[in-house]
Amino acid sequence: MRHGKYPFIIGFLAIPLLLYAVFVISPYAQAFYLSLTDWRGLSNRQDFVGLANYAELFTDTQFWRAMGHNLALLIVVPLFVIAMALLFASATAISRVRGSRFYQVVFFFPHVLPVVIAGILFAFLYNPQAGLLNAFLRVVGLEWLTRAWLGDDAVALPAVMVVMIWSAVGFYYVLFSAAMKSVPRDVYEAATLDGAGRLRTLVSITIPMIWESVQVSYVYLGIAALDGFTLLHTMLPDGGPNRSTEVVAQYLYRTAFDEGRFGYASAIGVTLCLFTLVLAIVVMRFSRREQVEYA
Amino acid sequence: MTAGLDRRQFLQRLAAAGLLAVPATGALAACATGGGGTSSGGAVGEVSATNPLGVAADAPLDVVIFNGGYGEDYAKAHEAMYRELYPQAQVKHTATTQISQEMQPRFVGGNPPDVLDDSGAQKIEYANLVNEGMLTDLTPLLDAPSLDDPNVKVRDTLLPGTIEQGTFGGTCYGVNYVYETFAIWYSEPLFEKNGWTPPTTWDEMMALSEQIKAAGIAPFAYGGTNAADYVLDLNLGAAIKQGGPDVIKNIDNLEPKAWQQEPLVQATQGIEEMVRKGYFLPGSEGLKHTEAQTQWVQGKAAFYVSGSWIENEMKTISPPDFQMTALPIPVLEPGSAMPTTALRTQPAEFFCVPRDAKNVRGGMEYLRIMLSKKGAAAFAQETASVPVVKGGTDAVAQKTPALASLSAALDAAGDNVFNWQFWIWYAAFKPAVKTEMGNLLAGRTTADGFLSAMQAVADEVAGDPSITKYNR
Repeated sequence: MRHGKYPFIIGFLAIPLLLYAVFVISPYAQAFYLSLTDWRGLSNRQDFVGLANYAELFTDTQFWRAMGHNLALLIVVPLFVIAMALLFASATAISRVRGSRFYQVVFFFPHVLPVVIAGILFAFLYNPQAGLLNAFLRVVGLEWLTRAWLGDDAVALPAVMVVMIWSAVGFYYVLFSAAMKSVPRDVYEAATLDGAGRLRTLVSITIPMIWESVQVSYVYLGIAALDGFTLLHTMLPDGGPNRSTEVVAQYLYRTAFDEGRFGYASAIGVTLCLFTLVLAIVVMRFSRREQVEYA
Repeated sequence: MTAGLDRRQFLQRLAAAGLLAVPATGALAACATGGGGTSSGGAVGEVSATNPLGVAADAPLDVVIFNGGYGEDYAKAHEAMYRELYPQAQVKHTATTQISQEMQPRFVGGNPPDVLDDSGAQKIEYANLVNEGMLTDLTPLLDAPSLDDPNVKVRDTLLPGTIEQGTFGGTCYGVNYVYETFAIWYSEPLFEKNGWTPPTTWDEMMALSEQIKAAGIAPFAYGGTNAADYVLDLNLGAAIKQGGPDVIKNIDNLEPKAWQQEPLVQATQGIEEMVRKGYFLPGSEGLKHTEAQTQWVQGKAAFYVSGSWIENEMKTISPPDFQMTALPIPVLEPGSAMPTTALRTQPAEFFCVPRDAKNVRGGMEYLRIMLSKKGAAAFAQETASVPVVKGGTDAVAQKTPALASLSAALDAAGDNVFNWQFWIWYAAFKPAVKTEMGNLLAGRTTADGFLSAMQAVADEVAGDPSITKYNR
C-alpha cells in the first residue's frame, strides 16, 4: 500500500496549501512588489521605482531611530521575561510547593488580558496627576521619584517595557512549568544526593533539559519585541515624548496612513520582516546545544 | 528525539511547496492594486428648477460619516431630508471612526461612497485624495441655487473661508462643514469667584497666570502625549495677530525663514517663559488630551487651548455649572495688526464626493441639503456647534454656554478671522508640531530649538520635488 501514500497526503494538503498560498504567501509577494513602487494607496496609479524606496530607507534617520527602539525592546524584554519566568517556574514547579496551582493562575492572569486593556490600565497607572504609581511613591515618601512617566523621554520606553514584561511573564511561566514537569524526577534526586543546591540544579539541570523551550520562547518574544505596535499605539500613539518610543511598526503606519506613501511603507514592512527572519535564524543556529535525550 | 527529524523534514517540504506556490500567486498579486473601472459620474436624472443638479430620483445614495466628536445623529437627520425629497432612493448610512482603513480599499476598488465625511485621526489626508484625482470638482454644487432661496447660489450662503478651506490648486473639492474656532477656554464661574479678569494682552495673561498659580491652580493644562499641537494656537495665533495675515501666508507658502519671523519668535519665547515659570499643569507632558481636559474641568487648571469641539467632547464629564467660555488668544503688544478679538476659524469635517461614486449628483445634492437652513439647524441642534452656513445657529433656541460665547466671539471678530493650511497641505508638519511642541512645553527644547526644528521641516518639504505644492 506504500504507493498510495503520496496521493493520500496530497489529497489532504491541497486545500490547506492553496489557502496558505492565497492568504499568506500572496500578501507577502504583493508587499514585496509594492515596495518597489511609489503607490499612494488610493488609485491604481503606481510607477515602478526599483530599489529607490530601500535606498531612501537606508538613510532615513527616523526609521533607524525607530529600529533602535525595537532593538532596545529586543534586548531587554526577552531577557527579563525569560529570567523571571524561569525563576517563578522553578520555584513552583520543581519543588511543587503548596498552592502552586494558585500561583499558576495568578501569574497567567495578565496574559489573558487583551494588550489594549493592559495598555489603557497602565496608562492610568502612569498618569502623573491621578495615577496610582505617583500616589504610591508619595505615600511611601519617595516623592523625588515621581515623574510624568509617559511624558519623560528618559523613562517612557522603560515604562512601556514594564508593561510588555508584565503581560508576557505569565505565559512563559506556564510554558516552562510544563516543560519542567517532563524532566524526570530521578535526575533531580541524583543531583540532590550529589549535594547540588537549588540554584545549581536550576542552572546545571533544569535549564539544559528545557533548552528547546527557552530557545523557542526567545524567538517568540523577539518577534513580539520587533512588533510592539498594539501596546505602543494604545499608550503613546504619537511616538512618545520627543519621539523616544516610536517603533518601526508605528513609523510604517504613519508613512502609510498619514503620509499616503504605501510603497515606502511596504519597503519598511519588508525590511522589518527580513530582520525578524534573520533574528529567528540566528537564535536557532547559534544557541543550538547538544540535545539531552531522556526517553 | 526521532520524531523531531520527521517534523523537520515535513517543514522543509512544506516550505519548498510554499516557494513553488509563489510564482502561481504572482498573478494574484495584481488583485490588491488592480480592479477599478472608468468613472462616468454615475446616475443622471432630469435637470429642473427643483432638481438643479440633475439627480436620478431612484438612484441609491451611500453616505459614510465619521462617528467622532459630533456623533452621527445629525447625519441621520440630513438623510431623512434626502429621503423626503427623493422617496424612491435607498439611502445607506454608515458611521465609523476608521475612515482610512475602511475607505481606502473602496477607493482602490473603484466603488467609493457617494458622500464621505473624511475626518478624525484616521482620515485619509485630503491632499492625498486630491493629488490622486479621486474627488469630484464641487463647482456645480457651489453654483447651484440654494435649497432655501432659488435666487441665492449655494456659494453665497457659506461663511467666509469655507470655500478656500476646501480648495486645492484653484478647485474646490470638499465642503468643511463645521466652523471650528480656536480659543483659550475657561470656566466663567471660576473666574468670577476669584475675581480674575480674562486677559487681552500677553502681559496681562502672564500677570494673571502668576495670580492663578498663587491661588494653587495651574494656569494652563495640555495633553502632552498626543495633543501638544493644540498649544500652537497660543504662539502662532498671537504672532499672526501681531504681524497680520502675511505671517501665516509666509509659513503656508513655505517661504524661507518663515518660522523665524519676528512676532513668532517673540510669542514662542513667551511660551518658553511660561514653561520656565511653571504655568503649565505639572505632569501635563504625560497626559492624553482627554486626561488633561478632565483635570481642567475638575478645576486643577484654569485655561485650556482647544478647538470649539471641546464642550461637546467633555459634556458628560464637565460639572453642570462649568460654563465653558471662549477667550481669543491675547495679542503680544498693543498696536497689533489684528485686534485682540480676532479668531482662528478653520472649517473642518471634510465632506467630499468621490469621483468614482455611483451617484455623484446625489452626493452633491446631499451636500446641498446639508447646507440648507434646515440642514444647518439640525446639525447645530444635535452638536451645539456652528455649521459653515450663514445664520446656521439662528434657529437654535437654547444655546449651550460655549456655543453662546462662541457666537458672541465670532460676532466680535467679524472679518478678523484667520486660518492656517500648512499642516493640511503637507502631512509632515502635524507629527513634527506634536513632537517639537511637546519638547518645548516639557522644557526639553528652547523657543529657538522649536522654531529651527519647524523651519527644517518646512525647508525639507519645500525642497522635495515629489510633494505637490500649494499656494495662497
